[in-house]
Amino acid sequence: MTNPVQTLTKSVTVNDNPFMKPVEWLSLLLLAGVILVVLPLMLDSFRLNLVGKYLTYAFVALGLVICWGYAGILSLGQGVFFGLGGYCMAMYLKLEASSIENTKIQSTPGIPDFMDWNQITALPWFWQPFKSLPLTLILTIAVPVLFAMLISFAMFKRRVGGTYFAIITQAIAAILTILIVGQQGYTGGINGITDLRTLHGWDIRTDHAKTILYFVNGGLLIACILAAQYVKRSKLGRILVAMRDKEDRVRFSGYSVAGFKVFAFCFAAGLAAIGGAMFTLQVGFMSPSFVGIVPSIEMVIYAAVGGRLSLFGAVWGTLLVNWAKTSFSESFPDLWLFGLGALFIAVVLAFPNGLAGIWREQIEPRLTRRVKGLRAPPPAIVPPHGAPAE
Amino acid sequence: MLGDYSLGDLGAIFAMQGFAGLILFSVYLLMALGLAIIFGQMGVINMAHGEFMILGAYVTYLCSTFFQTYLPALFPIYFFIAMGLAFLASGALGMLVEWGLIRFLYKRPLDTLLATWGLSLILQQAYRSIFGAREVGVELPSWLIGSVQVTDTIEIPISGLFVMAVTILITVCVALLIFRSRFGQQVRAVMSNRAMAGAVGIDTEKVDRYTFGLGCGIAGIAGSAFTMIGSTGPTSGQLYIVDTFLIVVFGGAASLLGTIASAFSISQTQSTLEFFLSGSMAKVITLLAVVGILMLRPQGLFTLKVRR
Amino acid sequence: MNAAILSSPLVGAEAAPPDHLLAVEALTVSFDGFKAVNDVSFYVEPDEIRVIIGPNGAGKTTVLDLICGRTKASAGSIRYKGHELTKLSESAIVQAGVGRKFQTPSIYDDLTVFENLEISFPRGRSVFGALTFKRDAEVRDRIHAIAGTIFLKDQLKERAEFLSHGQKQWLEIGMLLIQDPELLMLDEPVAGMSVGERIKTAELLNQIIKGRSVLVIEHDMKFVEDIAHRVTVLHQGKVLSEGSMERVKNDPKVIEVYLGH
Repeated sequence: MTNPVQTLTKSVTVNDNPFMKPVEWLSLLLLAGVILVVLPLMLDSFRLNLVGKYLTYAFVALGLVICWGYAGILSLGQGVFFGLGGYCMAMYLKLEASSIENTKIQSTPGIPDFMDWNQITALPWFWQPFKSLPLTLILTIAVPVLFAMLISFAMFKRRVGGTYFAIITQAIAAILTILIVGQQGYTGGINGITDLRTLHGWDIRTDHAKTILYFVNGGLLIACILAAQYVKRSKLGRILVAMRDKEDRVRFSGYSVAGFKVFAFCFAAGLAAIGGAMFTLQVGFMSPSFVGIVPSIEMVIYAAVGGRLSLFGAVWGTLLVNWAKTSFSESFPDLWLFGLGALFIAVVLAFPNGLAGIWREQIEPRLTRRVKGLRAPPPAIVPPHGAPAE
Repeated sequence: MLGDYSLGDLGAIFAMQGFAGLILFSVYLLMALGLAIIFGQMGVINMAHGEFMILGAYVTYLCSTFFQTYLPALFPIYFFIAMGLAFLASGALGMLVEWGLIRFLYKRPLDTLLATWGLSLILQQAYRSIFGAREVGVELPSWLIGSVQVTDTIEIPISGLFVMAVTILITVCVALLIFRSRFGQQVRAVMSNRAMAGAVGIDTEKVDRYTFGLGCGIAGIAGSAFTMIGSTGPTSGQLYIVDTFLIVVFGGAASLLGTIASAFSISQTQSTLEFFLSGSMAKVITLLAVVGILMLRPQGLFTLKVRR
Repeated sequence: MNAAILSSPLVGAEAAPPDHLLAVEALTVSFDGFKAVNDVSFYVEPDEIRVIIGPNGAGKTTVLDLICGRTKASAGSIRYKGHELTKLSESAIVQAGVGRKFQTPSIYDDLTVFENLEISFPRGRSVFGALTFKRDAEVRDRIHAIAGTIFLKDQLKERAEFLSHGQKQWLEIGMLLIQDPELLMLDEPVAGMSVGERIKTAELLNQIIKGRSVLVIEHDMKFVEDIAHRVTVLHQGKVLSEGSMERVKNDPKVIEVYLGH
């Protein structure tokens, strides 16, 4: 696929920059095997649906690896994009569930029930496009990405970044939550958009449908991993790392830094939006509790636990943290917040590269040593592609 | 909408609304002061700032219960003791946190943000385990209850006046401490050039610890004052963290005057809008305006132009 | 967008004689009232090597910052091949052909030497271009050639973080070379180097300055004498003297500034 080494110089062997290294193909295979084969065989449909829900968060974590791990842009507002994607999908499903026939007891039939309760008599303009499925699918991605562009373009043009950007994204998450909760008649308020039934006539509430959605979810996630991998190994990925390190040097190599940052942020927003839309389908509702500050920052911890520089790590981290959350909250609800809080602190103080870092620095060298045995001396430990941004 | 009111009514409403805005201003300013010191002077993002504030509120609640039960004679003045204790408790916890957590992360501001968020979760759960999930309120001494009748239509609650007085006092103290005292001089020296400050014999680690402690202590006082106008629950602190950060950033992070101006303009805008719109929309519009202005003018209200 | 700016006829271009590569005129910048650069004018011709000298705080680095767009001028103009640089963004200035080396080595620690050079390769500079950039034979050959020039042929796969100070300086020079600028600006290229590294660097610089104009800030007078065609002396933000090294050395005003106190 890539050109062979062109120079004849023997001492120089060029990194061929393959799409994925063998070990990465193995990781992908392992992940795909667990998600698409092992878990469906092992778990009952309730648990599988739960894992499906976790997987929708993994989209967000993937985006954060590119945006935060690689580009060094910490967003504390990923819930905004997750939520926007989810709401777009939920609005379509809600309109389908609010057919004239289903809502004939309302004073205005044909509009969502919560609008009727709030004395709204006509469908608001911004709900209109969601009558069409193709338009909904486009808007599910386009609305969050354009919103991300709007936020980030103004700020990155003015060289705003770091903690300042994080605070602004957090404020936006707070604002959007207050807005959704406050505008009950248009958004369903604090309860969100519930009682969703069919997707283009296909009932999404049955166990069978949920299992199919789980596989769609898993397949999409693998596709998104590949897309993120493409970005990561392209020159753009290296420019992101370079920017995190020496922004000025990148600028004086002739790149417009703001454009690259906007791309990273929008890419992450797009992935989060796909996750949000899949969440709505898999779980069957969308509410402001996935938009605000708390869920947004919790999504950051998924990527941090898995390893902010590792795409596969981010998915494992998401699954692990959510599995822990579910099991803890079932048996020791009081302890969970202590555990989560400790996790935030530990991952920052002791394991800045998360599980992927532990794997790469501790386990992998030992494994290779054991596998290669006495045949060859252990290879030098290659440091991970960049330490966490300082 | 305005036609329904007579001119006198409108004046009274605006005066009342303005006064409500002043109380909000006091609360915002008290919260922002501590954060302005920590974020503005040290560049550290303390996401647990709200929880330090709530600690002060709980200390005040404990004091109120204690004095009521054991020292009813001193109950009228318990508030002053409570504020002192709140300052000490939050300040001490702040110094402990600086020693155990923050000092390892000075070069990684984004990571500080995550670590202090973790801390805030732990503190919230601790409050919930100790004080319960329900909100608690304090008993006010009788002299703080009631209101001052300014005109027939305008009356001002005494507790609100008291909070404002406390705010002014604390602000003046902080200004004196930062700009007039030896400690303030050291803080400013460390912040403008850490290596040089160390070289001239300032114990920079100690300055960091006391600065962080001071910021948290002021948050404790804010929490204490907060109990007079609202009740306290384990997650009350989180509700204010975004507003507080926006105030500090909007003011221009390193400027005390900026923080005051920004707290004033935000609180007045919000309380004025609250008269016309629902509370949530007033907040949305205020915050959107602040975020919008910050996007166009990221340096905030007050800054210096310096060579980068 | 940048291309459009560059290709459009530029305002004021007719005022500059076409033979100046760089025309700095009445350049002024003030920071809160303090004029770090005050009414500075000088001209650099094609293929000229110009050295800027001056005591600390004379505004030398600020002049380079102004030319490459890092600092915005308060007044005055900088014309490069007829383009007004004061109105362009940093990346547009680079794309117009101005390269800049910083005082402290500015390289990407987390990337390998190869990747450092690759990022500076002048292709795929847009977001889409970077996404679809292919590491083809041309790129590899250029990188290997440059790596040879800057004595880093054997370090291509090493992380830049692990290079010595001198090697980092060379790497940054290499990053500029691959950019192939017509005007190269170097800020103290031999500062902080060992004697051996200094000799190698002088050799390297002599090699790379062929066929382009160079603007150098340097304190090492021996080095300046070796390479400079003309010297501009800055003092307190103003041009104190200008001309050949010989002339400048004997200028009483320059002697006063350097030796007078």
